[in-house]
Amino acid sequence: MATPVPRFREKAQVLDEAALDRALTRIAHEILEKNGGASDLAFVGLRTRGVTLAHRLAARIAQIDGATLPVGTLDITLYRDDLGLRGAPVIRGTDIPFSIKNKTVILVDDVLFTGRTIRAALDAIIDLGRPKAIQLAILIDRGHREVPIRPDYVGKNLPTSRRESVAVRLREHDGEDRVVIEEPEEA
Amino acid sequence: MVWTRKHLLTMRELDASEIVLLVDTAASLQEIATREIKKVPALRGKTIVNLFYEPSTRTRTSFEIAGKWLSADVVNFSAGGSSTTKGESFIDTAKNIAAMSPDVVVVRHSSAGAAELLARTLPCSIVNAGDGAHEHPTQALLDLLTIREKKAHFDGLHVAIVGDITHSRVARSDIHAMRKLGMTVTVAGPPTLIPPFVQELGVKVSYRLEDAIRDVDVIMMLRLQHERMTNGLIPSLREYSRYWGLTLDKLAKHARPDVLIMHPGPVNRGIELSPEVADGPYSVILDQVAKGVAVRMGVLLLLAGSKGGAP
Amino acid sequence: MSLLVKNGRVIDPANGVDGAQDVLIVGEKVERVGKNLQAPAGAEVLDALGKIVCPGFIDIHVHLREPGHEYKETVATGTRAAAAGGFTAVACMANTSPVNDNRSVTDYIRAKAREEGAVRVYPIGAVTRGLRGEELAELAELAEAGCVAFSDDGQSVMNAGLYRRAMEYVLPFGVPVISHAEDTTLGHRWTMNEGVVSTELGLPGAPGTAEDVMVARDILLAELTGAHVHIAHLSTAGAVRLVRDGKARGVRVTAEVTPHHLLLTEEAVRTFDPNTKMAPPLRTKRDTEALIEALADGTIDCIATDHAPHALAEKEGEFDHAAFGVVGLETAVGLLLDRLVRPGLLPLATLVSRLSRDPARLLNLPGGSLAPGALADVTILDPEAAWTIDPARFRSKSRNTPFGGFTLTGGPWMTIVGGAVVRP
Repeated sequence: MATPVPRFREKAQVLDEAALDRALTRIAHEILEKNGGASDLAFVGLRTRGVTLAHRLAARIAQIDGATLPVGTLDITLYRDDLGLRGAPVIRGTDIPFSIKNKTVILVDDVLFTGRTIRAALDAIIDLGRPKAIQLAILIDRGHREVPIRPDYVGKNLPTSRRESVAVRLREHDGEDRVVIEEPEEA
Repeated sequence: MVWTRKHLLTMRELDASEIVLLVDTAASLQEIATREIKKVPALRGKTIVNLFYEPSTRTRTSFEIAGKWLSADVVNFSAGGSSTTKGESFIDTAKNIAAMSPDVVVVRHSSAGAAELLARTLPCSIVNAGDGAHEHPTQALLDLLTIREKKAHFDGLHVAIVGDITHSRVARSDIHAMRKLGMTVTVAGPPTLIPPFVQELGVKVSYRLEDAIRDVDVIMMLRLQHERMTNGLIPSLREYSRYWGLTLDKLAKHARPDVLIMHPGPVNRGIELSPEVADGPYSVILDQVAKGVAVRMGVLLLLAGSKGGAP
Repeated sequence: MSLLVKNGRVIDPANGVDGAQDVLIVGEKVERVGKNLQAPAGAEVLDALGKIVCPGFIDIHVHLREPGHEYKETVATGTRAAAAGGFTAVACMANTSPVNDNRSVTDYIRAKAREEGAVRVYPIGAVTRGLRGEELAELAELAEAGCVAFSDDGQSVMNAGLYRRAMEYVLPFGVPVISHAEDTTLGHRWTMNEGVVSTELGLPGAPGTAEDVMVARDILLAELTGAHVHIAHLSTAGAVRLVRDGKARGVRVTAEVTPHHLLLTEEAVRTFDPNTKMAPPLRTKRDTEALIEALADGTIDCIATDHAPHALAEKEGEFDHAAFGVVGLETAVGLLLDRLVRPGLLPLATLVSRLSRDPARLLNLPGGSLAPGALADVTILDPEAAWTIDPARFRSKSRNTPFGGFTLTGGPWMTIVGGAVVRP
């Protein structure tokens, strides 16, 4: 039913473990600075790696500030504008066990590309309640926006071509911390 | 695991992984009921027709809410209120509805095979919401979701289904689904309400309530229709309730303390279930009802959300 | 007017013929059968090389639906379907509207058959008025009008006392009572065979026992009265056993079987296709095996189609609301050649006998023989014809068959009635 997925091979490493760690630490500091502290902040990560990154940012802020910030999980499948073009949806569920009302929600994802996923995430968050503000934290911004979405915090800006792909590998899922650019294997 | 079917007609035709996918999807969607704004845009622009040829407020309402929470346009068509009273045949009505280009038709009908008939006739997806004494797959799914929430797994559980098995579509869907998921199923009732060769569906048969409920994890009590008496299948409601009615006393004597009591509803209190059991601590009957919307959302989403297939 | 059928393989069980022979027909009669016959001057010659030449096939159980249900079938369309299917004669059941329970209806059917019929038509009269099972129809007058048997087919006569009187009353006429054997109290609003499939599908079933009980009763009544009882559409292994036992004890019991009961089982109902719904219902593999064996050994005397045409609207909806019955005239011969004779389950000569000689004897009908002087009713088969059953091409007005799309080898090639080739 799905068209064959092209195989990708690694083209270049963008961040190693130390660089990735430094990027997250910097974002954590920026979040505290921009919001004048940790009060009324909450993290919402996008499935799957955004959730992991959100937990790491929360841990980083706990180290710096001592504050324990809540972390929620957002599944945006039900909000996608291409539902139905991708075969049957696989729903893994949203789990935000706290009220976002009057909170500043930091939305976290690994890669920002066309912006459509974030567009769907904004709808999903707003359906859950009315936050005071929503900010966007992204590990890699690879450009090619199709909707007017702009991140508040960026780990690394990375110019890419459309045919390339950015793979964020995290210990919790992939056994290593690094970010690479991949390109399709020639046939 | 990705859903690939166009219709949901029976549990018999599904394999275990498909059943688990349906239950998982429903479980993930339960959260929507707790939201302030109970609506997600997943099925915006989709049209769902509820074609109900039997009165069933509960099932119809839960399909309707499920469709609406997914932002689909839901149209209810109930026999009696429309062309059917003018003598239009089921197949003609269905074809007329198809002319309105629905994406999904949910059908409830007193004739076994009605959902298959529509699937054969109409171009859209069909959901069987109960066809005669044949199947009622979404009821089985909400039974399974309830069981998994309480027992955390399926494999190795033992379920007793008690009552009028012959005329029960719920029993058939439950039997198929539970067997596929590795559960043991005993059907129990007076022999006149047990269909012939039912053992060939992989179930045990018991003619004594006290034996049937011993050491089981779940007891599914079925509704006894009053007309069974006039057909000579049982002598009287009084006798049925005396030998086949589930009471606290029988539970305490014969069943395990952690047993779940389920019922597809509506309950005849005092016939198959004493009020203390129906509303008592073992009962998860209201949990079942609460799962109805999430299960139907899951089904509608998997069927209507995959339309168009891969690009 | 004469016709010489040359070079065919003639199978004529009534006269012990099976071999390459020519058949000379003069006027409406068979003149002679033999090798290398010369065509008389002016005779038409038909080359039947590679074909099988048989006495005309007779279907003693069809529903022509006229009068009253002409939207399903008429004498004209039903007999054309018969001719297309290789049948030269049919006996039609009494459940028309009005019921054939009085002479005027019998006369009407016979007149229609004379005017519009493509093959011979023999009416069967009702046993009871209006098929209600309450009082006897005027059986003597019906017999005099030309009814070749009596049956309430479609209904069982549940009143044993009344059925006994019917059997006694028709004794002088030398015609059988044909029993639609079904104890209707043993299956509440049934739609299919009671068994594992009905249990899975949740459809109300009737057990084979509902048939067996009635077959047993009717054999006992035949024994009591000395009457000839013919069991219509036998469908169970149990009924086969009862008929076999009755025959062994000298009871005048005969039986027929339909192609669908020989070839299909209850498994076919899993599709919920209303074209798998009929009375009696499709049974189990055990039953079809017993029926085939009984057909081969003569326990079952003949094959009849129970051709039961219904309009599309009566057969396209819900299974439990659909009408009972299937058409059979245009599919029977091909199905039996391909599914019974080809795999070696039934000798070709036995099939020919069960379709010609045996039904003719059973109802004392002319035909069933190619002896000199016999009616020149001839069915010619093409054993190698490859074809697919396409209901859209039926001559019948109705299309309700479970066999649509079946691919077959062998089928009817030509039908000759009274010396004339019928072109349906």
